[in-house]
Amino acid sequence: MRARAIPLIARYAAMLLLAAFFLFPLVYMIASSFKPDGVVLSDADSLAAFLPIPFVGVENYVDAIERASVFRSFFNSMVISGSIVGLGLVVNSLLGYALARLRFRGRTLLVAFVIALIIIPFEALAVPLLFLSAQLGWLDTYHVQILPFVANPLFIYLFYTFFLNVPVEIEEAARIDGAGPLRTFVSVVAPLAKPAYATVAILGFLFSWGQFLWPVMVTRGIDVRPLALGIGTFKTTPPVQWGDIMAYGALMTIPLVIIFLIFQRYFVQGVASSGVKG
Amino acid sequence: MTQRTDVSEQDETVMTTTRTWRGAEARTAWLLSTPALIGLTAFIVVPFLLALVLSFSNQRLISPLPTRFIGIENYLATFGDAGFWRGLINNVWFVAVVVPLQTGLALFLAILVNSRIRGRVAFRTVYFMPVVTVMAAAAVTWTLLLNPNGLVNAFLDVVTFGSFSPDWLGSTTWALPAIMAVSIWQGTGFQMIILLAALQDVPEELYEAAELDGAGSWKKFLNVTLPGIRNGLIFVVTVTTILAFRLFDQVWIMPQTPGGPLDSTRTMMLHLVETGFGGQAIGRASAVAVIFFILVLVLTLIQRRFIREEGGAA
Repeated sequence: MRARAIPLIARYAAMLLLAAFFLFPLVYMIASSFKPDGVVLSDADSLAAFLPIPFVGVENYVDAIERASVFRSFFNSMVISGSIVGLGLVVNSLLGYALARLRFRGRTLLVAFVIALIIIPFEALAVPLLFLSAQLGWLDTYHVQILPFVANPLFIYLFYTFFLNVPVEIEEAARIDGAGPLRTFVSVVAPLAKPAYATVAILGFLFSWGQFLWPVMVTRGIDVRPLALGIGTFKTTPPVQWGDIMAYGALMTIPLVIIFLIFQRYFVQGVASSGVKG
Repeated sequence: MTQRTDVSEQDETVMTTTRTWRGAEARTAWLLSTPALIGLTAFIVVPFLLALVLSFSNQRLISPLPTRFIGIENYLATFGDAGFWRGLINNVWFVAVVVPLQTGLALFLAILVNSRIRGRVAFRTVYFMPVVTVMAAAAVTWTLLLNPNGLVNAFLDVVTFGSFSPDWLGSTTWALPAIMAVSIWQGTGFQMIILLAALQDVPEELYEAAELDGAGSWKKFLNVTLPGIRNGLIFVVTVTTILAFRLFDQVWIMPQTPGGPLDSTRTMMLHLVETGFGGQAIGRASAVAVIFFILVLVLTLIQRRFIREEGGAA
């Protein structure tokens, strides 16, 4: 769209101002994570808040790691998100492929079923799931934080629409060569679907890395607690040392920001495709 | 002649292969579908039905007493609970403020980064950055920023000449607006991307045609852009509304006590967690979950309806 009516300078000024708005808390968090705890608060009323001066190196990081077991929580988050994404890519794409390409009784019904499930928000299921998990003795485990999120109707739907758009001729060629449906999927279709896998992986990672409500309900100790809950608890653990808390925040934010910067294209595609389901 | 025979022979092979392929097809289909179907059934369908059933029972998380069915008592109790209404009203208030502001801002950003000017990708990256920041980490950082002597108030001191510097999270008036601001900060980038995709689907010819008709920027925006991105806008508005009813992380983390001060940031989800997890009243919390689901369902149906109408007209 062109709108040359607005002068270019005004445009840039607006964009820079907005950029400052979206960026300043992150800059502030990182700058504060390198400062002595006391100075974080006393600097908060001036632009010095954005500078890591006086610089204390990784002292806050060491403190956060010792006091709040950040590594433990980091490992937990990796296990949980990694499993959700890894298992999810396999099972969701398989169902998506079956729905898009294979002919069997009940297929149309299944498609409708999956689409209907998309609208059920997890929060509506959390209470009965808590009840079930408690009955099964699953509280304070990894699997209680993984299994409910592996099969995901939105991701199945995204795979389904992607596979619908793969030209049938490609599969027919494999079929003529004598490959069965599973073989065709693994060796021909799945490699073509790399963008779909990347999109779902990133979207899935983004959702699961930030999970908060469910861990509040099903974890008590530090053993299996993920980062998001860890920082929430650390914030209220005396003595409240803001430098350490900001270091914790930076440790859980920076890896995702780096992944985002590298795979930005897929993030953007993922978000845009989550919007096409309407 | 020879050539023709070749072709028909080949056709036959193709047909037999296809037939065997079809035979295996149904079996394979179920084989491929099973893992995901088990997951969907065990973790969505069963809990969903269980929520309905439990909402009519006195089930507790751990209890020596036997479970009884108590009719609509949980619903009556929920509708008679000031905490539930407080949460619902806060959610509605949150929707009324955040949905228009966030959608407007997201649209503005999308238009800015959709123009062909230098650095648009860099700006898009920056605007999207809060989305990849985990809400818990963002909420903690904002708690510090919104401290009475924090950076936000230092900034407001300068712009308002010292006339406005509330104790954001400690004030019953300002705690919810503060949480609204944080939510807008974190969520806008997501919607910007969806609206950007919608903007890029508007055919360039429509703008050219409007220009030929002598339309100015504002006219073009009203008559070409807005109708062109109608579905995207409806999607963004509905999703933001639904997300607003799911509001939880911020109200748990940012105030001194979850939902505080004095319930001024209580939400429906906080009520659900406090009832089901804190109070261990699974039956009561299930009723809240069912009410919440019905709300989301109604919002989604409204969205579908509007989007379908658009499809029908086109």
